Amino acid sequence: MQLVLEKRAERSGTIALVSPLIAIGLTIVTMVILFAILGKNPLLALDAYFIAPLTDGYSLQEIAVKATPLVMIAIGLSLCYLANAWNIGAEGQFLIGAVAGSWIAVKTQGTDAGAWVLPVMLLLAAAAGTLYALIPAICKVKFGASEILTSLMLVYVAELFLDYLVRGPWRDPHGFNFPTTAEFDPVATVPLLIEGGRLHLGSLIALLVVAAAAILLGRTIKGFEIRVVGAAPRAARFGGFNANQLVILTFAVSGALAGLAGIIEVAGPVGHLQPGISPGYGFTAIIVAFLGRLNPVGILIAGLFLALTFIGGEQAQIAMKIPLDVTKVFQGILLFYVLACDSLILYRCRLVFSNRQVARGAG
Amino acid sequence: MELVEAIILSVLAASTPLLIAATGELVTERSGVLNLGVEGMMIMGAACGFAGAWLTGSTFIGALCGIIAGTLMSLIFALMALGLAVNQVATGLALTILGIGLSGLIGAGFVGERITPAAHLDIPGFTNIPLIGRVLFGEDAFVYLSLALIVGVWWFLHRTRPGLILRACGDNHVSAHALGYPVLRIRTFAVMFGGACAGLAGAYLPLAYTPFFIPGMTAGRGWIALALVVFSSWRPGRLVVGAYLFGAVTILQLHAQGWGVGIPSQFMSALPYLATVIVLVLLSRARTGGSTAPAALGTVFVPDR
Repeated sequence: MQLVLEKRAERSGTIALVSPLIAIGLTIVTMVILFAILGKNPLLALDAYFIAPLTDGYSLQEIAVKATPLVMIAIGLSLCYLANAWNIGAEGQFLIGAVAGSWIAVKTQGTDAGAWVLPVMLLLAAAAGTLYALIPAICKVKFGASEILTSLMLVYVAELFLDYLVRGPWRDPHGFNFPTTAEFDPVATVPLLIEGGRLHLGSLIALLVVAAAAILLGRTIKGFEIRVVGAAPRAARFGGFNANQLVILTFAVSGALAGLAGIIEVAGPVGHLQPGISPGYGFTAIIVAFLGRLNPVGILIAGLFLALTFIGGEQAQIAMKIPLDVTKVFQGILLFYVLACDSLILYRCRLVFSNRQVARGAG
Repeated sequence: MELVEAIILSVLAASTPLLIAATGELVTERSGVLNLGVEGMMIMGAACGFAGAWLTGSTFIGALCGIIAGTLMSLIFALMALGLAVNQVATGLALTILGIGLSGLIGAGFVGERITPAAHLDIPGFTNIPLIGRVLFGEDAFVYLSLALIVGVWWFLHRTRPGLILRACGDNHVSAHALGYPVLRIRTFAVMFGGACAGLAGAYLPLAYTPFFIPGMTAGRGWIALALVVFSSWRPGRLVVGAYLFGAVTILQLHAQGWGVGIPSQFMSALPYLATVIVLVLLSRARTGGSTAPAALGTVFVPDR
């Protein structure tokens, strides 16, 4: 038995459009099987994951809050991936952004510092994320070192650095020895959009980022260059586009966005710096970028969908004692199906049972 | 003297999982496939290996479970990257994300449990020789297996005809296909071998390195194994050197804490990761004359019929 791929004469437009939906459908079927294996009622589990979070205002806000970092990071990553630059260290850039921004918050704690604190935190976080992302980018461009491995190694370094700060110099003296900074002052906190709610200004920033990316990719020469370098490197060389320069640029932008997402998360929903501020946002954002087909609007939708799985996963854990790791399994399987369905855009896929049949198919 | 012996023993123990996983990935990459899912396959090997050993009380069955888990994971990768011609980088990342989730699910019931660690070899007379006795004749079976594995892989790749064919697939899949070799089938076997090794390497951690399972216990070792393959310039001999060098960095970091060096432990823990970045940069820089990587590494191949 053999799996045979046949190149389609042209990309299948229909499949390109519905493939994320097919992928989500297949993932849900797989999850139903997994729930059954775990001995949980699949219908109740699906309800807890996908329906229940959509039914009350608090959960809806929570979805938007969770989607904010995912969308911001994924937009940056999509630029990298379009330009064929493999930044997979967004988690590290997120953490370094959180650290850099928190520095101001910690230093100004308890002083009568004014409204300048938050904007400076945001700027510093974006700058730190950029610099951190530039390390793998420059190592790739100058020395040819694999950006996949270097950007990933720096994630572990960032985690350890954050851990050192909150256990050492930045630890809250009144924090009962927990590894955390003190709660940020109000001037160092991202303002809420709804009084008493959870939705904060960061969500608006994420929407602006989506709009800016849509304009960049759809309406500017730079956006065109990014697409061409990724899709047709040879044509891009003839066109005089500088691929190395675009690696630097896309890494810088995605580092800035990840760093910004980091400080928004810390100065917003979390309220202080501590280890574990990210449940793997930097890695989940990779799935968001692919599920959104590397398209800004698609990423916005995909980000909201994956945020739903985070919230649903928490609800399923509380209501049905389904382990939280199921969410990660769900996300991994989803990425597989998304990629597999993408293959069907370019190829027709057939199962062949003997070699003779292959020969006849070709004849 | 005893301290030197202890350090050598702990370096060997820390290097062994890196060496096993990197050996598997070396074969995979030599066939032209870049499987970035090593971390995911390793962590599945750790969870399933511990589960197997805990349920049966046998280290051997635990190791077997790790190997099977790694191989099954690699088959998912083969189906995607070879069967459906999906981008190998993205598929490898997906494999790691899935592996981390699944291993958490499988291992959840085993956190806090302990098992008897793998037995160490003990030959009366030999193992008691001062200094070299324990180092040469007192290791656990995994250490000897890892060395046999890398020697076997060297012999296979560089001294046998199937090894030559496998390398041909990695360097030029179009020519290998034209000569009538089943490129995709050969690559599938190479990917499975890589998965089996990664699974075994993962199983080593809870079976011999520490006698318990914690979530995320591979801690990036799969990624370091990937970097080691680059470090080795895809050559088995250099892989051994690289793996022991990295094991030494890991242990240096542990012992420095014991010696009371005044550097915060987190900075010492970051050493292996920083070393990986630096090594990658230095090596890539030294190799400006031309890449030694298999020429078809990471490229999609769809045979036309």
